[in-house]
Amino acid sequence: MSVHTLRIDEKDVSARAGQTILEAASENGISIPTLCHLEGLSNVGACRLCLVEVAVVGGGTRLAAACVTAAAEEMVIQTDTDRLREYRKMIVELLFAERNHVCSVCVANNHCELQEMAVSQGVDHVRYDYLEPRCDVDLSHPRFGLDHNRCILCTRCVRACDEVEGAHTWDVSGRGTLSRVVTDLNAPWGASETCTSCGKCVMACPTGALFHQSSTVSEMIHERTRLSFLVDAREKKQWHA
Amino acid sequence: MDLHFQGPEASAEERAAVDGVLRDQPAHRDLLLPALHAAQDRFGWVTPGALDYICRRLSVPPAEAHGVVTFYHLLSLEPMPAAMTHVCDDIACRVQGAERLCDELARRLGPEGEGGWKRSPCLGLCERAPAAVVIRAGAAPSAFAVAPASAEAIATEPEEDFTAFRRSVPREGGRLLHRIGRVDPSSLSGYLESGGYAGLRRAIEIGPAAVIGEVSASKLMGRGGAAFPTGRKWEAVARASARPHYVICNADESEPGTFKDRVLMEGDPFAVVEGMTIAGLATGSERGFLYIRGEYPLALRRMAAAIESARAGGWLGRDLQGSGLSFDIEIRRGAGAYICGEETALFNSIEGKRGEPRNKPPFPSEAGVFGKPTLVNNVETLVNIPLILRLGGEAYAKIGTSASTGPKLFCVSGHVERPGVYEVDFGATLGELIAMAGGVTGGRRLRAVLLGGAAGVFVGPDQLAMPLTFEGTRAAAATLGSGVILAFDDSTDLGDILLRIAAFFRDESCGQCVPCRVGTVRQAELLHRLRSGCLIGDLATELALLREIGQVMRDASICGLGQTASSAVESALTALELLAGPEPRS
Repeated sequence: MSVHTLRIDEKDVSARAGQTILEAASENGISIPTLCHLEGLSNVGACRLCLVEVAVVGGGTRLAAACVTAAAEEMVIQTDTDRLREYRKMIVELLFAERNHVCSVCVANNHCELQEMAVSQGVDHVRYDYLEPRCDVDLSHPRFGLDHNRCILCTRCVRACDEVEGAHTWDVSGRGTLSRVVTDLNAPWGASETCTSCGKCVMACPTGALFHQSSTVSEMIHERTRLSFLVDAREKKQWHA
Repeated sequence: MDLHFQGPEASAEERAAVDGVLRDQPAHRDLLLPALHAAQDRFGWVTPGALDYICRRLSVPPAEAHGVVTFYHLLSLEPMPAAMTHVCDDIACRVQGAERLCDELARRLGPEGEGGWKRSPCLGLCERAPAAVVIRAGAAPSAFAVAPASAEAIATEPEEDFTAFRRSVPREGGRLLHRIGRVDPSSLSGYLESGGYAGLRRAIEIGPAAVIGEVSASKLMGRGGAAFPTGRKWEAVARASARPHYVICNADESEPGTFKDRVLMEGDPFAVVEGMTIAGLATGSERGFLYIRGEYPLALRRMAAAIESARAGGWLGRDLQGSGLSFDIEIRRGAGAYICGEETALFNSIEGKRGEPRNKPPFPSEAGVFGKPTLVNNVETLVNIPLILRLGGEAYAKIGTSASTGPKLFCVSGHVERPGVYEVDFGATLGELIAMAGGVTGGRRLRAVLLGGAAGVFVGPDQLAMPLTFEGTRAAAATLGSGVILAFDDSTDLGDILLRIAAFFRDESCGQCVPCRVGTVRQAELLHRLRSGCLIGDLATELALLREIGQVMRDASICGLGQTASSAVESALTALELLAGPEPRS
């Protein structure tokens, strides 16, 4: 197996052929913020929080999404520059202002990746006024609920349902800021005939958009590592403790 | 996959409409978009029964099909009037009375939507603004453009007369435009008699490596907007080891202000076929796709007829002209999405998915459509290919300047006397192009020019000496983009134009990546605030925020849409000093 040597944040690291910058960094203890990425699912590079600066021959850098960019020989990468911190902060602010995120009454309060990201990126206020779109809540499923007010369109649910469960109950409808996740032909979730009620979408959700019906404020704890456990068990025959 | 369906049983009519395109072909999911078009064409909307039947026949999960239908503006999941008039209210039509037309339609027919008309982004008919495209669903569906459009004119389909194209190409002659309006575009023999297929004959004679050598020697740069050296692209695809290879002609011309590709396809369709065929032979591809935007009904008919005639004449299909080589072209119709002109979004659209761009790398030459090496070229780029083979690459490279070779088409519209497609050798200045088009209408003063389309930049009248070459525009921090020259006189409300541009990007963003999805909304909203004077904080804070949003979109977005969504706005603020003081009133 061929191995690449590259430099991340002034540290020489090696990466196996086919590994992404994100994988190479995390194996070497360098953490890069991510939101749409989830171990066990394919990567889409949509949230843009994992952007890193890659040096370009002849000077300067280009921005690349670490989750979808392959590590290559002699790459020189910076993961935490002023410019990147600035953009990450803006992206988190843009997400907060897009829908109606009210942490204090959210089922995922204190267990929310968007909230954690805001804290880690130093977002203490949002400079944009809130768009306050009208969003629906779907409580038609007997066990789970969907609150579009808290959805950040990371598409983890879509990928978990398609790639791990194989049901493809979820997809994204519409486009631009009017995009919404939908079940089947935009039927109420409870009426979906493809849904197996496995709950993998709920496990994957980074925020309180998908939740167990019984949970109230701060009670929704997502089991996000369960998906990579399942995928590794199925594909690599490795059962992590 | 174990699919569950829940839709209503499809009626015989619904099944017949879908079966008409799927026939007895095996279930390839890349037929999803053609099948959805069939339902839309037959009923005026994608009915639940038809959608359910399509999902079953193609094994597509219902959620995914729903996602695809709702992605495209020309497809509807709601009942719609069988005849729908799409009225362009974009930049070029806006300065020629599009709003008055919309008002009149609202008065006569009723509100947008239920009245059988709706607003549309640029329809690519800018030289005959204001424009409309009428799409009629039914057992015998039809679609036609009406331009200039009026409330009366949209009622009848205009007669097709190819000599009418001379209006769109005001100057006679030219190397690329010489057949338009003069040679019957439906006649293969007319094409052959006017020098057609000489390029392909030579390509067959000299072989793929020498063809790529000629294209490289010509120093041809892609004409779609990104200006990538065409020869390098061809070589990369030809060399790729994975098979099969594909050639795609990107005819999803949707950049506001651009109409040259439409004029080429409508007026000289065989040249596009010839260019694609040469590209196929050179890159070892036997299958080509022509992806043509859904708002170009006449170009679609002309291209389909040309492909049919070329096949019948032995210029497409197996064993081209006895050479032993094969190449054929399949047309794919877009369904109303600007983003599908981005090459990787175009791949997804052909594959029957939502037209969302992919992250690059991998580049199309390694993994393009269906994950295979793919060559994507713009219509104008491909029309240059037969010319290069006829003249020879080196001779072609002597046309124009040393860094920008060959002839170039410009789409001149807005406030000029004779809007149309103009062909010049690279090197002409902006002022010369505007003078060619008869200067500013009514002898008024020029206020600004939008260069390169909505994704381009504004320049002021002090820039008329700028040579319209790749290097000349770069030096002036401008761009050629897709060859748009949209002129505005001193009576234009430029603030209104900026709002339309911002709304365009907001409406056309696919929504996949955060900076573009949310940034385009914030940009539009900020411009509204600046225009109305209802600022949050002071002007300086608002302008700083606008610039920051522009910067994050430019640097952090996945594709060119987000990366250029702030370009025109920013240039208006700097080059035109739009918000620096009160607008000069005439």
